Amino acid sequence: MAEEKKLFKVKIDNISVEVEPGTTILNAARSIGGDVVPPAMCYYSKLQGSGGKCRTCLVKVTKGSEADPRPMPKLVASCRTTVMDGMEVANITSPEVQEARKGVVEFLLLNHPLDCPVCDQAGECDLQNLSYEHGAEATRYEFKRRTFDKIDIGDKIQLHMTRCILCYRCVFTADQLTEKREHGILGRGDASEISTYIHQSLDNNFIGNVIDVCPVGALTDKTFRFKNRVWFLKPMDAHRHCEDPKCCGKTVLWMRGDEVFRVTARKDKYGEVEDFICDTCRFDKKEKSDWIIEGPRKIDRHSVISQGHYVNTVKPKDPLVEVLDGRQPKLLFDIHSTSEVNRPEIDLSKIEGPAHSDDFNK
Amino acid sequence: MQALTNRAKPVDRSPLTFLEKMYVPAIAKGMGITFKHIFKRKATVSFPEQRRQFSPVFRGLHVLNRDEEGRERCTACGLCAVACPAEAITMEAAERKPGEEHLYREEKYAARYEINMLRCIFCGFCEEACPKDAIYMSETFAPSNYQRKGFIYGKQDLLIPDPKQQSK
Repeated sequence: MAEEKKLFKVKIDNISVEVEPGTTILNAARSIGGDVVPPAMCYYSKLQGSGGKCRTCLVKVTKGSEADPRPMPKLVASCRTTVMDGMEVANITSPEVQEARKGVVEFLLLNHPLDCPVCDQAGECDLQNLSYEHGAEATRYEFKRRTFDKIDIGDKIQLHMTRCILCYRCVFTADQLTEKREHGILGRGDASEISTYIHQSLDNNFIGNVIDVCPVGALTDKTFRFKNRVWFLKPMDAHRHCEDPKCCGKTVLWMRGDEVFRVTARKDKYGEVEDFICDTCRFDKKEKSDWIIEGPRKIDRHSVISQGHYVNTVKPKDPLVEVLDGRQPKLLFDIHSTSEVNRPEIDLSKIEGPAHSDDFNK
Repeated sequence: MQALTNRAKPVDRSPLTFLEKMYVPAIAKGMGITFKHIFKRKATVSFPEQRRQFSPVFRGLHVLNRDEEGRERCTACGLCAVACPAEAITMEAAERKPGEEHLYREEKYAARYEINMLRCIFCGFCEEACPKDAIYMSETFAPSNYQRKGFIYGKQDLLIPDPKQQSK
């Protein structure tokens, strides 16, 4: 049909927006932006088929469409429901949605261990943010939390199955980005878990992206494991010319001084990567000289990562040097002479995997 | 100039009378005040022999706690360091190896933990931030020292003694 494409008029929280037919409510809300965007734990715009699993993006459709103005009987998952012309959606304006979302967060946290102090994802964890904004402060769950046998899925990626919320993002990543699918979900319902079949280790050049894609700390970077907290590192935008044609080479370096602790893809405001990067960039290029640094990455100021990162500061001139006729003030105390922490001869970022007790006693 | 309040009094600059010139009544009055204080309660204590009681919320020198089995509670989560307004706390984390379970409570622990007492302002934010009940502020002062290097407190200075080893 040579018909002209008609745009659908949708109202989300009384804000009108025109979107193309076939857009989901979530993406329509994202085109408005701001507070009306429902949170999403499993939906990932770069992965086909993602969404519809976590139910955090539930919204209330108060008017189905112009042709059929009846409201939808139940709350719908906005990442999977496409808009209709004249649809009216309530997200933050509906107390019912807020209450349902609180319930969903409680369900997600039922089996999620409270090991944020240990978890490397803390500080950039979607579930942490979600439960901070929408969750109750205490759990009502009285039973033993689900536990799993520990599975080693390779020397670059650490799997913590207890933290998994079964969003399937990593499964889609492995399926769509890498050539051969090697990991998936085993078991059903309560017993389902992310695993590689017969404990096959993952070695695809793009499998590292499952770390970025994971909304919780279930899949974390083993080369960064326990080395530092994300809020003590400075994220820097950097790029390099990558030989892999599929890799964009645009990354964020998580640095401390001149040490590169971790390399991740660049994430947008919804926590989704802008472009996937290859494992060579992610795991093997841990030298500052490998990268062309563009500048500090802009981090939302509400994030803990932005603490202590002062921008556009002007260092006041030290008048002492002038008074002393150009001589530098005498350093009375070099901290490294006494301090055991941050010893210049131990580069934690150079150690493969997490540091152990013997790494410090060299 | 307009006065800020109406309590200002003009200075009396009239010449002294004969009685005032003698100064004796004024001296006697002053001595009287001094003598009165001999019978009042002393505001000071003679410190090393006598010690004042700490208030229940006193924030003194930090200690790192152990659990009932004597394992270190700290997991090097970095919340004390991020809460510290003086940036006095630094740490380096390590992974627990098999066989070290009796030493550390969680799979991650602080291999190095330091508080720079030169920087610390004893605000108690670290104690409040700690999710693992690992750091506490005790009822002791940080001892004085002639040199700066005595103020870098490492794990061996901060950890409380192992309750199991003590009972042996």
